[in-house]
Amino acid sequence: MTELDSPVAPAEHPEAEDLAIRTRGLTRRFGPQTAVDAVDLTVPRGAVYGFLGPNGSGKTTTIRMLLGLMSPHAGTIDILGGRMPLAAQQVLPRVGALVEGPAFHLYLSGRDNLRRLDAWDASTDPSTRDRRISAALERVGLAAAAGKKFRRFSLGMKQRLGLAATLLRARDLLILDEPTNGLDPQGTREVRNLLRELAADGATVLVSSHLLAEIEQIATHVGIMSSGRLLKQGSLSEVLDETGLLVRVRTSQAPDAARILEGLGLTVTDLAPESVVVRLNGSAPEYVNEKLVRGGVPVRGLAVERPALEDFFVHLTGEGYDAGIS
Amino acid sequence: MPASADSTVTPARAETGYGMIGLRQFRSELRLIFGRRRNLAMLVILIAVPIFIGIAVKVSTPRPGEGPPFVSELTNNGLFLAFTAMAVCLPVFLPLALAVVAGDAVAGEASAGTLRYLLSIPVSRTRLLVVKTLGVLAYLAAGILLITVCGLVAGFALFGTHGVTLLSGDTVSVGNGLARAAGVAAYVFVDLLGLAAIGLFFSTLTEVAVGAMSATVVSAIAFAVLDSVPQLGRFRDVLLTHNWLNFDELLRSSPNAGSLLRWSLLPLAYALVFFAAAWARITTADVSG
Repeated sequence: MTELDSPVAPAEHPEAEDLAIRTRGLTRRFGPQTAVDAVDLTVPRGAVYGFLGPNGSGKTTTIRMLLGLMSPHAGTIDILGGRMPLAAQQVLPRVGALVEGPAFHLYLSGRDNLRRLDAWDASTDPSTRDRRISAALERVGLAAAAGKKFRRFSLGMKQRLGLAATLLRARDLLILDEPTNGLDPQGTREVRNLLRELAADGATVLVSSHLLAEIEQIATHVGIMSSGRLLKQGSLSEVLDETGLLVRVRTSQAPDAARILEGLGLTVTDLAPESVVVRLNGSAPEYVNEKLVRGGVPVRGLAVERPALEDFFVHLTGEGYDAGIS
Repeated sequence: MPASADSTVTPARAETGYGMIGLRQFRSELRLIFGRRRNLAMLVILIAVPIFIGIAVKVSTPRPGEGPPFVSELTNNGLFLAFTAMAVCLPVFLPLALAVVAGDAVAGEASAGTLRYLLSIPVSRTRLLVVKTLGVLAYLAAGILLITVCGLVAGFALFGTHGVTLLSGDTVSVGNGLARAAGVAAYVFVDLLGLAAIGLFFSTLTEVAVGAMSATVVSAIAFAVLDSVPQLGRFRDVLLTHNWLNFDELLRSSPNAGSLLRWSLLPLAYALVFFAAAWARITTADVSG
């Protein structure tokens, strides 16, 4: 299951210009450990791309390389049609980023921190600065608290300020690392709505998260990382339908059915006295039915189920995800 | 142009805007440095030095040959308070203040995590270092200026503005004396450029700002300690701190410009080497902070 499934076959690969992010063979090592291993990210323009993976799977290292903060040991990166890091000065002004949590100067107010960031951005117009800052603060629900020193901010407020910083100017691409970290359910919903709005306005959003249910609600595409490799990638429905479908077989001879299905290379995920659930791994449900009947197992009912993203995720990355699930 | 709080940012502007000099970044940097209470407190100490010395000398006339340099000349004319204060600040207070601001310049942003956000704005790494350097130099200039101006004002207030008697015994006009005070300030500024660059270099090596600050202070101390070992002979001539206090040349009747220039070359050479090292480091390092 470590084979990468691109959403589009290589022959029909769209040009890099049509993709918001395209990496090929992206690799980064830390000493003997390969943190990012030949990753081929394909993020179409306009997508909301859920970038998933357990802690330490290489998501943040990948994002660092996308932004030119860290240099890859191998591979190429194209963002919005520009080759990174050479095109950084042309490309990055159109990219808003939240990497590894918000970071601001403790002894400046929220608003002054945004002023500082905007002052360093040579692509923005200083005469509209205060208006843009107010609008960004308004948009993340931080207008009232923006005068406080950053050191007095709660975790949720810090996160909102980090999002506001990405909205200081028009962006074609937002790269958001765990944007809902530290937010309460209300805040999480607001961020979700904000991301939907941004996407509706035409921005591409790459959002890394361990909150799988979150991603499932807003993502159009997903990529799943584990141990530095991109295990799966594609549109959400493709990824779930093509390889993640489950079939629930109702039968009086569940153990026999399970034995036959396992013999076909399918994974039994649940075994009850009168039913058995298997992962199709790409097989057609009809094929399962046929094999069962031939094997002498009476099939009372057969239902195809779409797994929750979380189940599929655990299936792909195996154990060791406890740290990330909240 | 999706997803923005504002639509007045046009792509054309995004492209042309980058070519302009980093004035707005520099202003923002000044606001950061001079808006920080710690940095202001160090400037207050620098201001306090001439005032304290002035008052102390006023209430207890020192005997010649005792106390800090130039103190015995002080009672004759106030101008010398600026020079005395400079001689007192130069070995410790000024390098300390400079080391804190220079050591914090890049490492402080790295430890706060703000460095990654500056770079992904994007700000080119070279520009970042240049703006950071200019900020540190502005702070250094402010410190030297404050010592000088405060020393002059307090000196004239406490000891009067009559003719300035130089170390050589000649007397020059107050205007001439002021020009010499400006010369001393400029000489001290150049003196400390080497240490500023060392501080910036250490600042690019670590994410622990305090580490960069202490390393800078320790280097200044190490230079001074080595310089106090006569057995090192000619080797002492290339120690960064060797010519620091030679600004008294400017207080002679006809200062030797050649010597002053020659002494200034040493800190400039240090500045060049360490600035280059800082640049090599910042343009290649991974930013994890």
